[in-house]
Amino acid sequence: MRKLRVVIAKPGLDGHDRGAKVIARALRDAGMEVIYTGLRQTPEQIVAAALQEDADVIGLSILSGAHNHIAPRLMALLKEQGLDDVLVVLGGIIPDVDIPGLKAMGIRGVFLPGTPMQEIIDFITSHVRARN
Amino acid sequence: MKTATGTGKARWARDTLAPALAKSPERAVSFTTISGRPIERLYAAEDVADVDPARDIGVAGAYPYTRGIHASGYRGKRWTMRQFAGYGTPAETNGRYKALLAAGGTGLSVAFDLPTLMGRDPDDPVSLGEVGKCGVSVATVEDMATLFDGIDLGAITTSMTINAPAAILFAMYLVVAERQGVAWDRLSGTLQNDILKEFIAQKEYIYPPRPSMRLITDLFAFCRDEVPRWNTISVSGYHIREAGATAAQELAFTLRDGIEYVEWGIKAGLDVDTFVPRMSFFFNAHSDFFEEIAKYRAARVLWAQAMRERCGARDERSWKLRFHTQTAGVSLTAQQPYNNVVRTALQALSAVLGGTNSLHTNSLDEALALPTEEAATLALRTQQILACESGLTNDVDPFGGSYFVEALTRDMIDEARRYFARIDEMGGMVAAIEQGFPQREIAESAYRFQQAVERREKILVGVNEFVDAGHQPVPTLYIDEQAAQAQQARLDTVRASRDAKRVSKTLDALKAAAAGTDNLLPLVLDAVRADATVGEMCQALRDVWGEYEEQPMI
Repeated sequence: MRKLRVVIAKPGLDGHDRGAKVIARALRDAGMEVIYTGLRQTPEQIVAAALQEDADVIGLSILSGAHNHIAPRLMALLKEQGLDDVLVVLGGIIPDVDIPGLKAMGIRGVFLPGTPMQEIIDFITSHVRARN
Repeated sequence: MKTATGTGKARWARDTLAPALAKSPERAVSFTTISGRPIERLYAAEDVADVDPARDIGVAGAYPYTRGIHASGYRGKRWTMRQFAGYGTPAETNGRYKALLAAGGTGLSVAFDLPTLMGRDPDDPVSLGEVGKCGVSVATVEDMATLFDGIDLGAITTSMTINAPAAILFAMYLVVAERQGVAWDRLSGTLQNDILKEFIAQKEYIYPPRPSMRLITDLFAFCRDEVPRWNTISVSGYHIREAGATAAQELAFTLRDGIEYVEWGIKAGLDVDTFVPRMSFFFNAHSDFFEEIAKYRAARVLWAQAMRERCGARDERSWKLRFHTQTAGVSLTAQQPYNNVVRTALQALSAVLGGTNSLHTNSLDEALALPTEEAATLALRTQQILACESGLTNDVDPFGGSYFVEALTRDMIDEARRYFARIDEMGGMVAAIEQGFPQREIAESAYRFQQAVERREKILVGVNEFVDAGHQPVPTLYIDEQAAQAQQARLDTVRASRDAKRVSKTLDALKAAAAGTDNLLPLVLDAVRADATVGEMCQALRDVWGEYEEQPMI
């Protein structure tokens, strides 16, 4: 079976990449193929990376409060590209009140500070739809 | 003497410890700090046999300043209680500043939003969703004037956390002072202005390292002549630690950054003793109590020695490391948020015992959002309790001469020196950054710590131990889009009312100077007075210097 392919992306202007890098390594150590896009990626760039890398999963890291602007754009672009079967998860500083809205637009998992890596790994393996 | 004490510890291990361990074993095979540093069960005289009390520990207020830079510690002046704050519009943040000053805060500290930090205006497409979210939005000198409306810039000290566009925001502050009728030589405060740690850790850079360094040495020179009481830089370990560094890495990279700035200043033709006394530092107060105290003591020694011996400073003020401390944001948990009050108090305690000159205490709700006014006030009260009720300020250096703390201080100094040697070999800090060295070291430590948490070798209360099933909600500050709309409207007004020709003339002059070698500050001031925006001025410099892009690595 092919390894799960995960694009880890950090959209927005924020540069705090500790979380993105730690989760990228944890997913890699859990046997997934991880592509880290680097900082300040636009939703367009992230979707292009997902398409090019044939990603099963997109993991977003947003700590700056810009999630309500980035997420809808990203989800719309994924749909346009026929990538709406890609599992999208989000980690960062996300106010409770915003979580239902994010889930309604198709972000399956929202993970707050302190979430164990294993919980995220388990979530991905149990929710991803194999694409091959 | 040495043999006798040596025998003492060996005898204790044999006669006292061994039977005790036989009866009840210890909880773990090894005990380590939060940074993974092994700690012995008991420190004795022989553990500090190589520490010369007169030479290495000395006295408070004298070289090498292990025990503090002030002979009388906090008995004269307490530390400055400086709470970092900023959100939404300049008017909203101005209200928060007035509340903090009314509550007994003794200095201001500006948190700018991400577009400002990255040199982008509120109407730039990349600013979408970020305006006023992580700090206050300041795009024009009008915004800066509103931010300090009703606050006498001659009577307070202000710290500004701004790096890549530091010269621009500083110029705006100077113009606001001018308008208030406050002479520049009366202004006092601190500009963070530390671009090296942005490349290393926080990643809010704009230009490549070398032109970025030129902006900094230009500022050193300008302030030496025009704003002599201003701290031109706050060399920061805070963000390096937040990104995952160990305490020793924070210490080593920060001090080595400091040395790098001094060496670039000297290369730019500045006399070391004319700018080093205005340099300051900024450390993180993390959770491992003794390791943090040792870190601050080690920092003072390393700086004093580097300035005197390596950089040839002769003025004692150049040897004295002055520092601000902020408690560790990364240690705050979203789970059981009230626990954060206790964490912060303990971290603040270590900073005070380490001799900090100014302090920010985090608010309990900061793993969730920017702090509410109530939470920010409680954080300030925490400092006031430490300062006024605890008796902490009576003695200058209570841990001086502690076998444990002195041994730990020496170990931290040694580890930092090993890093200095490696970085020197690479050709200095700018070269080491270009090779990705500190970035890799920090990412490695961050991952190692996360693994230790996952394995429960390191306990975080409420996260991997003593977990509550239920959610403990606290009120949080919610920043909507009104600030962004208001800021865009203000920007439109400024753009419509200014002299467009004068703006483009000053921006062209700035570009020409950026391509040459003249000090950039006077040209930035001209552009600020012409109502050029932060985004326009940063773009002018981007046009000349280009933008830095990091090679992504995990």
